[in-house]
Amino acid sequence: MKRRFGLLTGALMVGTVACFAALAQDAPTTPDGTPTYIVKDGQVDKGTYNGYRRFHATCHTCHGFDASGSSFAPSLADSLKRLNYDEFKEVVVNGRQNQGATGDKVMPSFGLDPNIMDHLDDIYRYLKARADGALPGGRPQRIGG
Amino acid sequence: MKVLSRWLLASVAVVAAGSVSANDSILKNEANPNNWASQLGNYAGQRYSPLDQITTNNVKNLQVAWSFSTGVLRGHEGGPIVVGDVMYIHTPFPNKVFALDLNNPGRVIWKYESVQDPTVIPVMCCDTVNRGVAVADGKVFLAQADNTLVALDAKTGKEMWKAKNGDHTKGETLTAAPLVVKDKVFVGISGGEFGVRGHLTAYDTNSGKMVWRAFSTGPDADVKIDPSKTMMMGKPIGQKDLGVSTWPGEEWKRGGGTTWGWYTYDPALNLIYYGTGNPGTWNPTQRAVDKDRAKSDNKWSMTIFARDPDTGEAKWVYQKTPFDEWDFDGVNENILADINMNGQQRKVLVNFDRNGFAYTLDRATGELLVAQKYDPTVNWATDVDMKTGRPNVVDKYSTFANGEDKNTAAVCPAALGTKDQQPASFSPDTGLFYVPTNHICMDYEPFSVSYTAGQAYVGSTVSMYPTPNSHGGMGNFIAWDAAAGKIVWSRPERFAVWSGALSTKGGVAYYGTLEGYLVAVDMKDGKELWRFKTPSGIIGNINTYTHNGKQYVAVLSGVGGWAGIGLAAGLTQEAGAQAWHNAVHPGHTEGGGVATAGLGAVGAHQSLGEYTQLGGVLTVFHVPDQK
Repeated sequence: MKRRFGLLTGALMVGTVACFAALAQDAPTTPDGTPTYIVKDGQVDKGTYNGYRRFHATCHTCHGFDASGSSFAPSLADSLKRLNYDEFKEVVVNGRQNQGATGDKVMPSFGLDPNIMDHLDDIYRYLKARADGALPGGRPQRIGG
Repeated sequence: MKVLSRWLLASVAVVAAGSVSANDSILKNEANPNNWASQLGNYAGQRYSPLDQITTNNVKNLQVAWSFSTGVLRGHEGGPIVVGDVMYIHTPFPNKVFALDLNNPGRVIWKYESVQDPTVIPVMCCDTVNRGVAVADGKVFLAQADNTLVALDAKTGKEMWKAKNGDHTKGETLTAAPLVVKDKVFVGISGGEFGVRGHLTAYDTNSGKMVWRAFSTGPDADVKIDPSKTMMMGKPIGQKDLGVSTWPGEEWKRGGGTTWGWYTYDPALNLIYYGTGNPGTWNPTQRAVDKDRAKSDNKWSMTIFARDPDTGEAKWVYQKTPFDEWDFDGVNENILADINMNGQQRKVLVNFDRNGFAYTLDRATGELLVAQKYDPTVNWATDVDMKTGRPNVVDKYSTFANGEDKNTAAVCPAALGTKDQQPASFSPDTGLFYVPTNHICMDYEPFSVSYTAGQAYVGSTVSMYPTPNSHGGMGNFIAWDAAAGKIVWSRPERFAVWSGALSTKGGVAYYGTLEGYLVAVDMKDGKELWRFKTPSGIIGNINTYTHNGKQYVAVLSGVGGWAGIGLAAGLTQEAGAQAWHNAVHPGHTEGGGVATAGLGAVGAHQSLGEYTQLGGVLTVFHVPDQK
């Protein structure tokens, strides 16, 4: 998390204001370096948009469209109200077992899946926007198209 | 005495060796309509019963006779088997099997429960479903999620043998019901979303030893194709190794073509029939040879195979969706029927494909006779070229033409297909097919994806919603004329109809709904005759049988499956709610005009969760005062 903050500050110092704006719009973070989202006039930053795509390629087969859950996996639009960024990462990387009333719910480990790990921050951005009620269901539009 | 017993033994051996037709025990059980001997009712996959005690007149008196909880919560596909006085039911993971005593309803004769590695669960793409057991030769065959095929003693539930059919760490699992033909039991493989290479495998019913395996992709030798003999569109295939050359590089090795649907069999022709699933990744660009659709059929994904069950040899093939761009996973059941076409009785195979076309083929030769849309809103192709058998794809809906990272909007049907695994029914009385369908469209945005063994290999973003500008619901139950290629009648449903249909001589057809209703309709016109709300949503298949001379109807409830994945959303759109209201209450007014209160109520029904919750339950129905 520190490293990301450092990178961002570096970019700020070296680059122009315009460059920073473009970077923030692609992958916004909070001042402490936690990934976050931008939703403006119903449009989202590129990172959040990518998160929407990545979520709906892999995660939605269990966690449902719009992160609204399914008959066998929780709604992440609810779970991300409780889980913070580090807890979220921990679950995605390591997985979980014996969940649910009869212990037959399992979250796999995605630690070795580049389709998830390379986009983890963006998936978090998307889910956080859903959990905060900042983003309605359906396909969001990208800021700048 | 010794001589006599030796003679007896010898003659038994002769009978066994000479038993060329099907599996004698299954044929015998199937011939008796008091049983429901196999998942699809018979080898032909017709899901029809000649029982006629329950009719259009008395079905209104249908009531619960008894019920039984399976103790498992997730999606319950498949259905009960009844042979004599015993009913066999199964569950999703951990794949329990119960033998229930019909003389003492709901009493457990035996129970089987395997111990399986729970890491199997998350590689089952769309819930931990299982489509049921097969019963033959005094054995119960179960294909477990963890790729174990197990034979149980039908009397005691004791394991007789086990065979390992795949590896879940590579994304392989088992969900399909096995099929027994002669002395072989056939199993497929699931994992189309994990870059699995599909195959069908025959095991010896007595020993559990593998007899043959035929892959869906790769060299002809692996696929058991002889290009000089195996027929395609009425002539030999000709070209060699199309299962390799129609793929870029070695993509065929993770080329999908999984075989998780239903298998049917024609004893007279000695052919088994099944379909193969979607090709590898959902991103068509990664499956294109030289960026050219014409070179990229991705054979033999999306293909109906007719094979010799003894050798595995492919007699004919028909690829429904060459170079899939929408996940129109071609595994749906191939129903064998003899129907009248232009004044001639034809031995046909009818397939209601995920892609929205219903195909009628000559089941001896694979000749294509009819290919028509069984939902008029299907839009990704205009029609099927009857000379080449290829669909004419509409560029606007081609996710390949539009390219990676581009959203192709409003493709109908959605990846779920106009029909998924839920098996249809054919009535020899009416000559019509009764088909549970989905009525859902999608947006599809493919993008580049990398392959990791055991991890999802999808590469596309998909969102789904009720078919726009229609009745607002997400399903239909239809009657289909496979000779003419026409819908005879169609009933709208709020959610996808994900349960297997049953038709009967009594003139009543049955299906289940995701809300949990078992619905009985008049086969003549689709008019509803009766409905009952079971404890959970129905994605299982309805059966019927008799016990002590009385007809029963049975079904497993237990919402889940792909249908359970947030598909309930979508009735929120005002237009959809209005259309749905008009469809189910035509001309109905409440204090003038279409009642806004009623509309509001419909509009508020956003999720399946408002109708039903998890729970695996068997419910058995009867007409109480009958006999």
